[in-house]
Amino acid sequence: MEHIVIIGNGISGITAARHIRKNSDKKITVISGESDFFFSRTALMYVYMGHMKWDHLKPYEDWFWEKNRIELKKAWVEKIDFEQKTLRFSVGEAMKYDKLIIATGSLPNKFGWEGEELEGVQGMVTKQDLELLEKNSVNCKKAVLIGGGLIGVEMAEMLSTRKIDVTFLVREKAFWGNVLPYHDAHLISKHIISHGVDLRHEEELDKILSDENGRVKGVLTKNGEEIACEIVGLCAGVHPNIGFLQNSSLEADKGILVDEYLQTNIKDVYAIGDCVQQRKNIGERKPIEAVWYTGRMMGETLAQTLTGNKTLYKPGNWFNSAKFFDIEYQTYGWVWSKPKENEQQLNWKHEDETKFLTISFNKTSNKFLGINIYGIRLRHEVIDRWLNEERSIEYVLSHLKEANFDPEFYKTHEKDIFSAFKNQLTTA
Amino acid sequence: MSSIHPNMALTGEPPKSINTQQKLATFLGMSGLIILLLAAFNINFPNKTLWLSISLASIFAGILWFAKAAYSDKHPGIKNDGVWFKSMSSRGYLAWLAGISLTGFYIILYFFPQFIGLVQGGDNTGLIALFDPLSKALSGNPASQWFVYGTLYTIAIAAFGIKFIWKYRHNRYEKLRTISVIFFQTAFAFLIPEFMARLNSDTFSLPYYDLKNIWPLNYYNFEQYRVDSFISAGDVGLALLLFGIVSIFVITPILTYKYGKRWYCSWVCGCGGLAETAGDSYRQLSDKSQFAWKVERWVIHSVLVFVVVMTTAVIYSYLGDDASKYWLTRDTFLIGVGVFLTLLFAGIWFFKKEELAKDARIGAIGYLVIVLSLIGFHYAGGTKLFLFNAESLRQAYGFLIGAIFSGVIGTGFYPIFGNRVWCRFGCPMAAILGMQQRLFSKFRITTNGGQCISCGNCSTYCEMGIDVRAYAQKGENIVRSSCVGCGICAAVCPRGVLKLENGSLDGRINSEEVLLGNDVDLMDLLNQKSR
Repeated sequence: MEHIVIIGNGISGITAARHIRKNSDKKITVISGESDFFFSRTALMYVYMGHMKWDHLKPYEDWFWEKNRIELKKAWVEKIDFEQKTLRFSVGEAMKYDKLIIATGSLPNKFGWEGEELEGVQGMVTKQDLELLEKNSVNCKKAVLIGGGLIGVEMAEMLSTRKIDVTFLVREKAFWGNVLPYHDAHLISKHIISHGVDLRHEEELDKILSDENGRVKGVLTKNGEEIACEIVGLCAGVHPNIGFLQNSSLEADKGILVDEYLQTNIKDVYAIGDCVQQRKNIGERKPIEAVWYTGRMMGETLAQTLTGNKTLYKPGNWFNSAKFFDIEYQTYGWVWSKPKENEQQLNWKHEDETKFLTISFNKTSNKFLGINIYGIRLRHEVIDRWLNEERSIEYVLSHLKEANFDPEFYKTHEKDIFSAFKNQLTTA
Repeated sequence: MSSIHPNMALTGEPPKSINTQQKLATFLGMSGLIILLLAAFNINFPNKTLWLSISLASIFAGILWFAKAAYSDKHPGIKNDGVWFKSMSSRGYLAWLAGISLTGFYIILYFFPQFIGLVQGGDNTGLIALFDPLSKALSGNPASQWFVYGTLYTIAIAAFGIKFIWKYRHNRYEKLRTISVIFFQTAFAFLIPEFMARLNSDTFSLPYYDLKNIWPLNYYNFEQYRVDSFISAGDVGLALLLFGIVSIFVITPILTYKYGKRWYCSWVCGCGGLAETAGDSYRQLSDKSQFAWKVERWVIHSVLVFVVVMTTAVIYSYLGDDASKYWLTRDTFLIGVGVFLTLLFAGIWFFKKEELAKDARIGAIGYLVIVLSLIGFHYAGGTKLFLFNAESLRQAYGFLIGAIFSGVIGTGFYPIFGNRVWCRFGCPMAAILGMQQRLFSKFRITTNGGQCISCGNCSTYCEMGIDVRAYAQKGENIVRSSCVGCGICAAVCPRGVLKLENGSLDGRINSEEVLLGNDVDLMDLLNQKSR
């Protein structure tokens, strides 16, 4: 029986394993050194905040794996012998495979800052990071977070629940300004500040300062300010976790290079999820996408290919979501931080500034391109259909109500949005 | 480093402590309870009206103050910080203390009311006497243990209801639902029956009761003494009797078809009302395992069969045999019940067979055969209907289900098993509504395409123990008989994935994976393979 080995038990690897099992009887082994069972990485923050316990993070009960004959192996892979199709574990054992799926995810970026290896300096990506943060939090009064992205704002929320003062250094003029249009980013910044976070825009880390015991005692910013702290959170993005593959025959750039079937340069070796870099760009997507949803889609696609139904990786329209403290965020299609040529963006905000949106369209064809929405929920299926049908901006605006996904009895804002945009369109 | 003072540090601690104002509020509420406790120990308060008012006002104000101190300085939004760190909400020491006290209270209430001062045929003493002034002001009668309970119950729903509204002030669905629950408890469960009692006199006697309390939750509604007094009270009584029958056979199915069982369970019902308000801090304690779901299905439907059998036996016991005196004789009734159950079974089997899981089929056939053969045996051998006499069945049901299950376990163990144990495992009304909801309703919880991140907040905070995430992460709608439509899963979802809806019956149950994002051809393929 063919033995498929998957390195990594995150959403990509586990989705692949589940779908391979659904469609075949192959022997499946999933390897992880991080945790015994699959858990939802995106929910790590809720354990720290006391919303959930570790067991709640597991989407499947522990008996699920044995019942579905998915073997779990807790180990770190140290080296892969692609010639012999053999994995070597850090504890010395080895394992043979017939087909290999690498789904090792990503790690926090470090940019060679002075002091980045000090005690108290950490990212927030793995189960071990969560345990470390729990340790570092004891008696901590002050934390500095570096880099304004999704992990940064999550960490800010986490630490705030422990009454730890947070200073948040963000390179851009507003939070996540390299991704969100300024209108949106600015309002999110305001919301973060309203939660008591000391958010510093256009501020970067120069170096991290050490005390006499090799523990962080503060940071020095590029503007020359020294901020004392006991925790430094590294939240300036992530990169593919492929360090253990260095000096192997597997072709990699920033991530493992794969073709449109998610195959690497080596036969019978595939890669999916955050650790992947596409050789060929797919639409306007970035070659590396460290997102839950793309990991899941890659897992589904590859499972098809490996069970005899060769399938191209064709992710549909881009979508994503997040939550910034109390403000939920959804995005569909493309809304760039700076409109590209021929694109125009319309903005709307509710007077309480917890509900707002930016919608993007093509100036010449009037084609609807994408929407960022905050504090209001939209129906994925409807927006996805409109993007596929290449609806016009007028159509989308006048039908926005059909896409509303807020709970029953919520106040609706479509009328307000429509009239605000009519003004912007006529004055534009 | 020598400058660490671990015990002095207030930072870095998990959010499990309560602030000073909350402590003072707890003290205020507790002092109100202590007045009641002292009364229970037979301290004779001189001015009962005054002391009762002080006590109830302290409890009410203490809860509101606590809520204000907890939520007023926070942004509108989800307030679950520290739920699993706090002793009270994570089965810690305080939770056990609360659970044991509540359980003890229920045991005294149901089985030893004399301990809190109930005196048959004389003046009440102790705790019950303390409530006499209020009871006399409302109904004209002295208080009973049920009046004491009803008053405290109503205060709990109102005060914790306001706390809940504060907590979910960003969510209009939750606010409206809670206002509705407070209204139905205060008006229908508490005040109207007291005023109905006032209408009664030596010449006119009508069972005064909570009109929204529908059989089989109100399992004694069709007992002889009640039916007799309904009938003897003339047109009003007859109207109430008919209303009781129409409620379960006509009104309930229509409303459940349109809105799901939530119209009752989380908007109207008193048990649900207490669970959603006073029990809100315990919703995360429900068991989400598949095993618990299996147990739930067998237990709740067995209680339903029990109440049907018991009620049939009770009604049978007081009907006559002579058709010339009254058209509804024992035989007509019994055959009617048999035919009704058979038709109901046949209807479900014919229209919805493919939606029934294996254990549901086995259970349905098994129970139908048992009930029909007991009726058959009765005619063949002339033994007692359902083997026991009606009175023993009634008493057993009242004791086991009415008192122990719904009260002692159902509410007493809130802090240990969660707030909906009774509604999930025991309530026969919920079983009927659940069947209707699962098979004949427009209600569902819609999953929003591919946006689920499997975080588990929905499952954790589902008081009914539904593993909501299991559906959401596959893009499947949630159509479960136990769902009471409280809406909390949708509220705590950080990605806007869930929405309670009444919609078209087409596509309500989508067992296929409908995750969006992936191109459409692949989704077709995934679904073909899984069929």
